[in-house]
Amino acid sequence: MAGSDRAAPAPTASPRPTARSAAPDAVKILIAGGFGVGKTTMVGSVSEIAPLRTEEPLTAAGLDIDDLAGIEEKRATTVALDFGRITITRDLVLYLFGTPGQQRFWFMWNDLAIGALGAVVLVDVRRPESSFAAIDFFERRGIPFVVGVNGFHGRHPYPAAEIREALALPDHVQVLLCDARERTSSRDVLIALIDQLIDAATGAAAS
Amino acid sequence: MTGGDAGGRLVRPFTLTGGRTRPSRADFTLITTVTACDPQPDRAARPQPEHLRILRLCARPVAVAEVAARLDLPVSVVVILLSDLVEADRITARPPHPVNLATPDLDLLQKVRDGLGRL
Repeated sequence: MAGSDRAAPAPTASPRPTARSAAPDAVKILIAGGFGVGKTTMVGSVSEIAPLRTEEPLTAAGLDIDDLAGIEEKRATTVALDFGRITITRDLVLYLFGTPGQQRFWFMWNDLAIGALGAVVLVDVRRPESSFAAIDFFERRGIPFVVGVNGFHGRHPYPAAEIREALALPDHVQVLLCDARERTSSRDVLIALIDQLIDAATGAAAS
Repeated sequence: MTGGDAGGRLVRPFTLTGGRTRPSRADFTLITTVTACDPQPDRAARPQPEHLRILRLCARPVAVAEVAARLDLPVSVVVILLSDLVEADRITARPPHPVNLATPDLDLLQKVRDGLGRL
């Protein structure tokens, strides 16, 4: 996996320089969490384009196959990815990917997680357990994340501290109460993630 | 979520790739940015319809995931078609910004933060 080579400094990492194109640099952040927690809603509220969707037949995406024999029987098995885009500057674009919610599609996440700046794990206050697996996923892989508690109809019955305790989150992981439908609220969750990354980077540099 | 009518469409796209299920180049990611070369090489064979659709889409730089979504084709199919276009010198592909979690790029993070702040 690309990100784990901690000794190597970055400069030579880009395999094929294509400097002559005016293509912007691209980075991504993942929006994860349980099924129906509001991932696509969050992507849509901050994206400059209506969320786009790609659907992948699982046979092609996940299995190592050389031919298509039998694919007809599996054609209904697809995994959908919703994503959006934020143009940061003329030469830098941020993509937001809503990860598939169903646990059985998680092999897709490894691919998705490679090269991500970090992740937002959305939690539904009515069923926080549906996001436990997403938290585990990012913790195990050392991928930085913040938790966004998406209120039902914008209501937040529990304070962030209580949710942090219920999720057994380490201190450096921020917990934010949010409303995924609101652009500014979703934006603030993303900013919190970036701030957390900056804090970690400057903290690491100072020590 | 999708209705049942979507099923057939997701298999048939591989007919667009001549039955190939793998790209000749393995280095496309979802956020690899592709851009049509301008001018296009004129010596080359005329591109097939799906290739032409891609070329129109990436007249300006566009991410692989976006090409797939706008063509309503699986990414796995689109990267095969994109490989063809790279090999025909019709598009260039720019890999995503390398992210090394162990050595974060502070300048990049600050740029992203500033950009989000302007939203």
